[in-house]
Amino acid sequence: MICIGCPMGCELTVTKDANGEIVVEGATCGRGKTYGKQEATAPERTVTALVALEGKKRPLSVKTAKPIPKGKIFDALECLKTVRAKAPVKIGDVVLSDVCGTGVDFVATENL
Amino acid sequence: MNDVIIVGAGVVGCSIARSLSRYELDVLVLEGKEDVASGASKANSAIVHAGFDAEPGSNKAKYNVRGNAMFEETCRALHVPFIRNTSLVVAFSEEEMPHLQKLLERGEQNGVPGLRIIDQAELRTLEPNISKEAVGALLAPTGGICCPYDLTFRTAENAAANGVKFLFNKPVKTVSSENGVWTLVTESGETFQARAVVNASGVSSAFLNNQVSATKYNIQPRRGEYVMLDKSEKGCFRATMFQCPGPMGKGVLVSPTVDDTIIVGPTSEDIDSPDATETTAFGLDKMRRLSTRIWTEIPFRKAITTFSGIRAHETTKHDFVLGEAPDAPGFFNALGVESPGLTSAPAIGQDLADEVASKLDAKKKETVSDDVSIWPRMRELSTEELNELIAKDPHYGRVICRCETISEGEIRASIRCRVGARTIDGIKRRTRATMGRCQGGFCTPRLMEILADELGIPQEQVTKFGGESRMVLSRLFPEEK
Amino acid sequence: MSQEIDVLVIGAGPAGLAAAAAAREAGCQSVMILERDDAPGGILQQCIHPGFGLHRFKEELTGPEYAQRFIDRVNELQIPIQCRTMVLDITPDRQVTAISPERGVQLFQAKAIVLAMGCRERTRGALMIPGTRPAGVYSAGTAQRLVNMEGFMPGKRVVILGSGDIGLIMARRMTFEGAKVLACVELMPFSSGLKRNVVQCLNDFDIPLLLSHTVTQIHGRERVEGVTVAAVDEKRRPIPGTEQYFECDTLLLSVGLIPENELSIKAKVPLSPVTSGPTVDDSMQTEVPGIFSCGNVLHVHDLVDYVSLESEVAGREAARFAAGSTPVPAAYTLVKDGFGVRGCVPQRIRDAGADEKVAISFRPADVYRNATWQIRAGENILLKRRAMILTPGESQRVELPREQFKGIPEVTVEVVMEEKK
Repeated sequence: MICIGCPMGCELTVTKDANGEIVVEGATCGRGKTYGKQEATAPERTVTALVALEGKKRPLSVKTAKPIPKGKIFDALECLKTVRAKAPVKIGDVVLSDVCGTGVDFVATENL
Repeated sequence: MNDVIIVGAGVVGCSIARSLSRYELDVLVLEGKEDVASGASKANSAIVHAGFDAEPGSNKAKYNVRGNAMFEETCRALHVPFIRNTSLVVAFSEEEMPHLQKLLERGEQNGVPGLRIIDQAELRTLEPNISKEAVGALLAPTGGICCPYDLTFRTAENAAANGVKFLFNKPVKTVSSENGVWTLVTESGETFQARAVVNASGVSSAFLNNQVSATKYNIQPRRGEYVMLDKSEKGCFRATMFQCPGPMGKGVLVSPTVDDTIIVGPTSEDIDSPDATETTAFGLDKMRRLSTRIWTEIPFRKAITTFSGIRAHETTKHDFVLGEAPDAPGFFNALGVESPGLTSAPAIGQDLADEVASKLDAKKKETVSDDVSIWPRMRELSTEELNELIAKDPHYGRVICRCETISEGEIRASIRCRVGARTIDGIKRRTRATMGRCQGGFCTPRLMEILADELGIPQEQVTKFGGESRMVLSRLFPEEK
Repeated sequence: MSQEIDVLVIGAGPAGLAAAAAAREAGCQSVMILERDDAPGGILQQCIHPGFGLHRFKEELTGPEYAQRFIDRVNELQIPIQCRTMVLDITPDRQVTAISPERGVQLFQAKAIVLAMGCRERTRGALMIPGTRPAGVYSAGTAQRLVNMEGFMPGKRVVILGSGDIGLIMARRMTFEGAKVLACVELMPFSSGLKRNVVQCLNDFDIPLLLSHTVTQIHGRERVEGVTVAAVDEKRRPIPGTEQYFECDTLLLSVGLIPENELSIKAKVPLSPVTSGPTVDDSMQTEVPGIFSCGNVLHVHDLVDYVSLESEVAGREAARFAAGSTPVPAAYTLVKDGFGVRGCVPQRIRDAGADEKVAISFRPADVYRNATWQIRAGENILLKRRAMILTPGESQRVELPREQFKGIPEVTVEVVMEEKK
């Protein structure tokens, strides 16, 4: 795993020790250890995407209001395909709520 | 049935069409590709040659010198830029100087006016950026530069204004005659008939001729690679700089263009396929090397684009083959027209048109239109003219191509005219949009939108140059029916 | 008849918006923005990915969200933004000619001008990549606009040349929209993009990053049909025998950005050969009095947050210039690029100015690990900074009190190398 904290890009090795504690090796700073632990146990991503905008040629940009589990990215994108947003839309308007049972909403990121 | 079918809408085909449109004749131009100037006419050195290069007595020599003399008048009538910037053939050693003398004598035999040899001092004064190795040059004051696709397009536009019809995407597969009627069949099986055929089909010209005549010709496609440098280099050379031909071949030229960019090239390489228009690492490398003979510090970091053109070199006569085939009455050739084809085109057009008209016993029209669908060019107008224009058509107030300052009005006009643009490259050649330093980075999406709007097609059907050259493959959210 | 404006801002991207707002907040009542696009926001409009604003707002925003905050601020301050307006000419004495479909040709006489036109992408032609010239070769930013703002898919099987951030971001965008991204090809032995983007845009989707490789040939008559990729040696020349063929319908280029200074040149503003932007002092004033420059037209930034900061300096100082309240400096300190440093901005620091602090930024010329960089005046070290790593992709920025430069004719910013990668 490569740390994303800074351009160093430390190669992290994450293992569990005898007590079941997670051990991050290779990190050269504290932030790297935290990232390694998170990324190894519950990796998350903020997903940004587009949805259709009714009656408009151009699409609407959206994001998950919070990061969602990395494994659900493509499920979340699939859910968006059936959504048709309606103008006028404002930044922060919920476009699709509780994406794939994550409890996180897709919200608009532009005013149209 | 048409009176005349011209096969090929390059600069030669269009010049013949324009000259023929002065006669009472129904003329049809069949072009295999999607637009005018889609072969050698779109990718060449853009040089109006003086005429010292061609073998005395050859068609190349005759039409070069005559064509050159016609350029002012032709370009004035067509509203296309033409500059007599002079040509210089540079010698890089004392051993090469006698060759310049030979070129001078040959040029004089061909009737090229004003040739003289200049020494190093005069050369340096005229062209301060010339390599220190240069020792002298042949100066040809009648050498010039023009825009080959602008010339072709406006020639076609004027031909169309005088009744010539143009059909595109009609590659001719077979040609035959029966009872004085010529029949052309395209690759898709469409049939066209005419009393006379003019074969101006560039790299295909031998293929058509050899179907109807016992006098066989052979076209060897010859590729030349070029690079275009940014207009920031404007002024580096005033004249077109040729290299004295030597054991290393003809070398490459460095020349200003009428659009203020700098053209460098061409290499010369015989190739198997007339479609092999790719540039190559080998060719570009060779061109870089050769061009430094003229311009030691030539700034290739200022390159804006590279391209290659295919010349139709005839290998039995090494000359233009012009006129009626001896054993095929009504079949006229403009075959093997390679360099100096652009320079010769106006003269070839005139002679072939007269020959065809005489064969068909056609009369000259009493009135001829000089319309070439000229549209206002934003960058050439005064504030008052612009305001008046924008009040009438606000499209002229919206800049689409930033690098070349081209307005939406110009883009739309280039689509709406008689031989209008149907592709992104078609717009590019008619307006210069996308030809600047950003190479369409900003304006391409806008051009797609305007083209789709004017043609009434969805944007995903817009192509770069016809066929499957689609700009985008699909829409993310197809509109509901 | 020309319209008189105190501070005229050219461009309504992040730089122009921040400059205009700062000018108004500095007390200038007559501020106006001219924008060539249909809407303000500049290139941020098409950057729908997150990663903006962490420094500025301490939260992670997308491009349109970041832009909207500044658009809102400009609107609150009632600064007019005139869109669809292309500036055609600027003279050294600050006359501006602009054109728009709605208003025709407009002439402005400005007391101060802020140049904020942004940058453009390096093209295939500039790289002289051999091959055919089919449809399907796009710069990454053009593709980004086509996808994100216009809803079109340029292609389905994609190779990306260049691992700058736009290229990396587009790898993920195209993947999200159902395309197969076959590889990201990088000429250098390192990516010029952020580590985070390498991980989250390539590694997350198993897209290979081919370092020290380049595209040596483009194939296909009408659409792109494939590209040849080869490894390169230390001099970045393709190594024969290493060629591999990728069958694809699209090639995206993310091979560098160039400040767009056509108008600056018309206004006779001297440019730096290193940054390709104007040479400026710490007030972001160019060498032509009253003409200021900020954002990517000045030098290409990696973070928009710093664009905003720099542009606020430009806007504030333009307002002061227009009001005639700029102190006349008695002397300048020249800022020179030393070893391992490229493109210091500003190039000179005034000995007098309203702001007490001055910012200096630059890009490392190469990758340096465990390195120190410093600002040195002769033997005297003004500032020393240790860094675990310096890379060309990440600019360095520091603020220092103006006082420190007093009486110093010249400083050099340089990397002190302990161990090169």
